[in-house]
Amino acid sequence: MSSREREAGPAPALGSREFGRWIWRQLTSMRTALLLLMLLAIAAVPGSVVPQRGVDARAVEAYMARNPTLSPWLDRLGFFDVYTSPWFSAIYLLLMVSLIGCILPRTRVYLKALRARPPRAPKRLERLPASARFTVDASPAEVAVAAREVLSGPRWLPARVDVVEDDDSSEVRAEKGYLRELGNLVFHVSIVLVLIGVAVGALFGYRGAAIVTQGSAFANVLTQYDEFSSGALFDPDDLPPFSLQVDEVQARFWTDGPQRGAPRMFRAAGTYEAEPGAEPQPFDISVNRPLGVDGTSVFLVGQGYAPVLRVTDPEGNVVFDDAVPFLPQDGTYTSNGVVQVPDAEPKQLGFQGFFLPTAVVGEDEDASVSIFPGAVNPIIGLFAFEGDLGLDDGTPQSVFILDKTDLTQILDEDGENFRISLSPGQEAELPNGATVEFADLRLFARFQVASTPLVQLPLVAISVGILGLVLSLVVRPRRTWVRSRREPGGTVVEVAALDRVPRDDLPDDLDDLLERLADALGVPAPVTRSEHEENDQS
Amino acid sequence: MSPETLAQVSNYAVASATVVIALAFLAHMAEWGFARKVDRPVEEEAAVTVGAGAAAAPAAAAATEEEAPSRPDLLSSVGVSLTGLGTALLVIGFVVRGLAADRVPWGNMYEFGIGGAAFALVVYLVLVRVQSIQWLGGIVTGFALVVLGMAMSTYVPAGPLVPALHSYWLVIHVAAVMLAGAFFLVGAASSLLFLIRHRAEERGTVGGLLSRFPHSAVMDKIAYRTNAVAFPLWTFGALIAGPIWAHYAWGRYWGWDPKEVWAFITWVVYAGYLHARATRGWKGQRAAIIALVGFLTFLFSYYGVNLFGSGLHSYAT
Repeated sequence: MSSREREAGPAPALGSREFGRWIWRQLTSMRTALLLLMLLAIAAVPGSVVPQRGVDARAVEAYMARNPTLSPWLDRLGFFDVYTSPWFSAIYLLLMVSLIGCILPRTRVYLKALRARPPRAPKRLERLPASARFTVDASPAEVAVAAREVLSGPRWLPARVDVVEDDDSSEVRAEKGYLRELGNLVFHVSIVLVLIGVAVGALFGYRGAAIVTQGSAFANVLTQYDEFSSGALFDPDDLPPFSLQVDEVQARFWTDGPQRGAPRMFRAAGTYEAEPGAEPQPFDISVNRPLGVDGTSVFLVGQGYAPVLRVTDPEGNVVFDDAVPFLPQDGTYTSNGVVQVPDAEPKQLGFQGFFLPTAVVGEDEDASVSIFPGAVNPIIGLFAFEGDLGLDDGTPQSVFILDKTDLTQILDEDGENFRISLSPGQEAELPNGATVEFADLRLFARFQVASTPLVQLPLVAISVGILGLVLSLVVRPRRTWVRSRREPGGTVVEVAALDRVPRDDLPDDLDDLLERLADALGVPAPVTRSEHEENDQS
Repeated sequence: MSPETLAQVSNYAVASATVVIALAFLAHMAEWGFARKVDRPVEEEAAVTVGAGAAAAPAAAAATEEEAPSRPDLLSSVGVSLTGLGTALLVIGFVVRGLAADRVPWGNMYEFGIGGAAFALVVYLVLVRVQSIQWLGGIVTGFALVVLGMAMSTYVPAGPLVPALHSYWLVIHVAAVMLAGAFFLVGAASSLLFLIRHRAEERGTVGGLLSRFPHSAVMDKIAYRTNAVAFPLWTFGALIAGPIWAHYAWGRYWGWDPKEVWAFITWVVYAGYLHARATRGWKGQRAAIIALVGFLTFLFSYYGVNLFGSGLHSYAT
């Protein structure tokens, strides 16, 4: 980041101290910062090509299944966790060090420059990029007064102006544009603050997803989550003890027009308690409008159908009566799901199948498809299994996967797989005497619950940083000198300006300055001589 | 007027805008073609402009100043006028599309396409006024044509938005990013011509066509300025407004979604460009190459991610 460059020489032969300094100079040089930036850009690419565990763990598994030979190598090299991999971290940590190593010395230099006075004029002003020379009747002291007035800048952004004079001559030195370096420093400091904020949020934050069916409740404890990830320094006991009661889930779709079938509105409403025993408060969460409780935000990130199924075992007992979320697979909400009935006697029962919100019998008589995401003609289709669900051996089970190791599929009298197809209110009897009823249809909401401590820090930092960035790109530091000397024919005035960041409008600006100066002195405006014109003449 | 009629009006306006911009492009191509043939002896003239840095007027203009304007100059101004007309039509089509859908007209790939082209052309025309960059006309109109063509291939009828897009951050995020893209385009076009002409200047082979472009130092400066405008806009649009919206819509402000990855890469490359401009040995050619790479990553984050990947921004396809 330093615009002032340091020449990085060859490695010195001796001394660990010198060697350390040399390494430091290398690391904080602009060229290294540049290379690190380029490396960071290249290193970020694989994360958009290969699926990432932190983003979509299921996609990673699918990718590994598709590429069995390549995947283990990619995994070893960290390609499935690019943004937490050692090599990616190494690059941005080096960049951080380079950044800080650049900010500190530059801040020192800047603070010194703030206290310094504008430098004296060079001997030969006409050698500067833009200069002018003219003669007036006013005395050097009067020229100095006028020049100071013209150069001091607006009241809200004064330039620094010094006047040095004796009887026969005067010199006015002006410097402005200190905000450029300030902006530059602010921007780079803000980048450091953003990274600190992001790191704090990642270390102390957590994020989880939970499915909550209409009419049921969610308590913010670890066991209620389907997915949960948290930072290294987060303690699950610190989960704020709020709970939600979901009374209403709404999913509306466009029924006509070009966007027919597209989502129109999703919302989930009910009441929440900020802590056990607290007064229940109403909530209404929709996409883009999360609920905030106790430093945690609850977002609506998905929804789907949860048919209520009532299962009676062959002995006639109602062993299951609950809403079962079926996960949508596509835009028509064709959904897949699993029902586990561990209490059925004599054998445990399991069901696997699909749900179609608006079923239409396709060309193939057997296969129905969903043609609309709204529940116009809901149908549930299931295959039945009996045996051992494998719930008792202690290994964690997903409620969306049926472990068929110890299950046998129930067949009909022809020896085909027994199929159940139900509309709401319908009931089917299995060959073994058990019955399944599609009792009701509800919706579920998928909430993302997230807490990112210090989430405002990166936002505030980058917002201030961008102001600094604009200052550093717009403000131009400029030094201007007006020197006058009494000579036999009148007072000779020399004016020159030097931009520390060269710009091509310097001559125009100097013309403007001369005009105002001449105006203040009551003489016609002289003409600027710029570098370019000299070049042209030569 | 009913939404359907408005949508129809919008389509007609966009179609005629495309035709007019195609004509503008042809005018600029003809300009370049004649410049190749006509102005062979201009070489010495080109050398004179070297020092005149700020003056963007092409050398060819100087060569024939006293007489009637040369044929390339005439074609250039025809091209700019046609671009103005085409842009006006496009802006009408874009605005009416918004009226037809009753929302801001940037909610799908088709609308990003016509919006992106409209932003780019407006920014170009403003800069033609302010910085006399009509020498970029051929590249800008050609690029706008390609963008419009790709927009046509993703055409969808005007309609409402999916719930995730129901946010005023849609207005801010997309507008800032499209505006940044428009400046990136002008910057990249200048960098490209800079590289070509710079090489010719070093070899001393600035011929008829290249002498129509300003001195490489001028183009380098234009590239720097436009990129310096685009970079804060991009920072704001992609790395501030985007994450804020992502926080509300998806429950996290940054999740390394492919679009986010490429927005980040674009930012890093342009940050590299700004640093390169201040590094000895990297100024000039190398910096220009970085700027071009930056523009390619920008294009990829705009198109490529939607074409090749899925990700959360995929409703935009």
